[in-house]
Amino acid sequence: MLSYSVFFITVAAILAIATLGLNLQWGVSGQFNAGVVGFIAVGGYTLAVLTIPASQQLWVRLEWPFALALLASLAVTAAVALLVGLATLRLRSDYLAIATFGIASSIQLLANNLEKLTGGSRGLIGIPRPFAQLTETIGTPFGVQGFAWAYLAMVLLILALVCAALQALLHSPWGRVQRALREDEEVCAALGKNVVRFRLTAFILGAMLMGLSGALYVGFVGATSPSDFMPILTFQIWAMLIVGGSGSNGGAILGSFVIWGLWTLSGALIVSVLPPQYQAQGGAVQSILVGLVLVLTLLLRPSGLLGARRG
Amino acid sequence: MILQALLDGLLSGAIVALGAIGVSFSLAILRFANFSHGDLLAIGGYAALFVLLLLAASQSAVIPLEPFSFGWRLPVALLFALIATVCVALLLDRLVYRHLRARGADPLTLVFASFGLALVLRNLLVLLFGHDPYNYSSDIQMALRLPGGVLVMPDQVLVFALTLLVLALLWFFLQRTRYGIAMRSVAENPPLASLAGIDIGATVRLTWIVSALLAALAGVFYGVTVQVRPEMGSNLLLPLFTAAILGGVGRVGGAVLGALLISLSENLVTLVIPNMYKPMIPFVLLLLVLYVRPAGLFASPAQR
Repeated sequence: MLSYSVFFITVAAILAIATLGLNLQWGVSGQFNAGVVGFIAVGGYTLAVLTIPASQQLWVRLEWPFALALLASLAVTAAVALLVGLATLRLRSDYLAIATFGIASSIQLLANNLEKLTGGSRGLIGIPRPFAQLTETIGTPFGVQGFAWAYLAMVLLILALVCAALQALLHSPWGRVQRALREDEEVCAALGKNVVRFRLTAFILGAMLMGLSGALYVGFVGATSPSDFMPILTFQIWAMLIVGGSGSNGGAILGSFVIWGLWTLSGALIVSVLPPQYQAQGGAVQSILVGLVLVLTLLLRPSGLLGARRG
Repeated sequence: MILQALLDGLLSGAIVALGAIGVSFSLAILRFANFSHGDLLAIGGYAALFVLLLLAASQSAVIPLEPFSFGWRLPVALLFALIATVCVALLLDRLVYRHLRARGADPLTLVFASFGLALVLRNLLVLLFGHDPYNYSSDIQMALRLPGGVLVMPDQVLVFALTLLVLALLWFFLQRTRYGIAMRSVAENPPLASLAGIDIGATVRLTWIVSALLAALAGVFYGVTVQVRPEMGSNLLLPLFTAAILGGVGRVGGAVLGALLISLSENLVTLVIPNMYKPMIPFVLLLLVLYVRPAGLFASPAQR
């Protein structure tokens, strides 16, 4: 149980980083990202490809250390976000939504088919995990390995750093312009602010947090495959943000833990209650509930289920 | 090879065109990118499947209408699909979009709502019909051999001819009837249309009806020539959006040409690159258009 709690908190904290990224894009800057999972996948696959032990089957045989690959995954995610953002941010606001949807489908396709890079549908396994040498179990008799504790500590530290950085950013001149942009775009433009550039930086920074989240996830489980990055993840991250109340960083983190908890519990319930032939339908019910959370929140509680302020 | 690719592209482009017109209307008249439009196609496809399964359970096999793969049941199923899809579209407008519009919500809130609804609709289909794809008919159909060794199924020819007929009717409706003209003027300038005495609420409902009819047709045609599966809506979404933007938002002719262009390039490019990368082609085209000519390929010089 303790071992499972450590696992659960680690994954929820990793997802919270992606939710914070989406909060920067939607809650702060008012941009709709319909392909969150695409950016998470780019971060995750970049880390996997750069750190995996060299093999005949793969093109990339760099075996970079974890920390360096983590930075690289931020850079690659930023580049992908730049490609999409530059194409759309001068245009109608919903074109970004369409383009992000497109990039996510394309990345899923590439992950499935570029066997020499991503391992194809089987994915990549045996990715070196940081702290893997800490095999001694701490917290006996429950048997949580030192690795898991160390990784949890690292993820929580990164989450805290990200949070602190975001708070500082939102209270900086940059953050004030972002708020002003939501109030009145034309006045900002008239004051000489480059509207497109402010939007673009918010979009790219948000995408980088999603990439960071994907990289941390892959570093944690030591493997990656297209099934880790299914389209439902985009909807889950959205539900985490909306339930917590978009605009608030604390709400984004709380929402991540609440939604991930409900998703995990309902999944466990389905596995234990439903006979195997109906489990696909059980998964569909879970997805319908996530969709209903999104639509009903929009209709009934636009400020978020937990009543956070809209920033 | 090239002739076959051109013909296949033309035939599948016709189906994409029917869906893309709805997306284009939604971008121009309802003023948001409707992420659940693809799922309206899927609902049309599955509504027809529902009738086909029901009729197949109640009676012995019927003889197909030669040379097609289906019998008299398909027209009945198509009629049901048209009605069911329109009902779903109007219901969603009534339950969700109307409230958001009344609140003066910005377009992105509508995008958001359609995004959530897409997930709900898709998984309702999974719940009702399961994950596995369905074919409308398991009968074997003889392909027609055209000059140049090009093969084509009679079903495909019929679907293509019907699409042309529907497009002609749609053109007449938009150009010559007062309702069609109301739709076009709301697309052009809503405040002005409202001043001219056009009922915006009624025009919005009409837009949903027309879009849903076209979506149901596209979904059923897809079921006849390919197969229905729960993800068909989300898989078709990118070609639909790309065709609408490529053709210039709100232009029916543009959406049709955009759809043909996309399907033709999909089929031609896969002569050179592996088939599995085909779904990426609409996205690459979309990025190119957004970078180079975001008002659409057929935009007037002033819009560029």
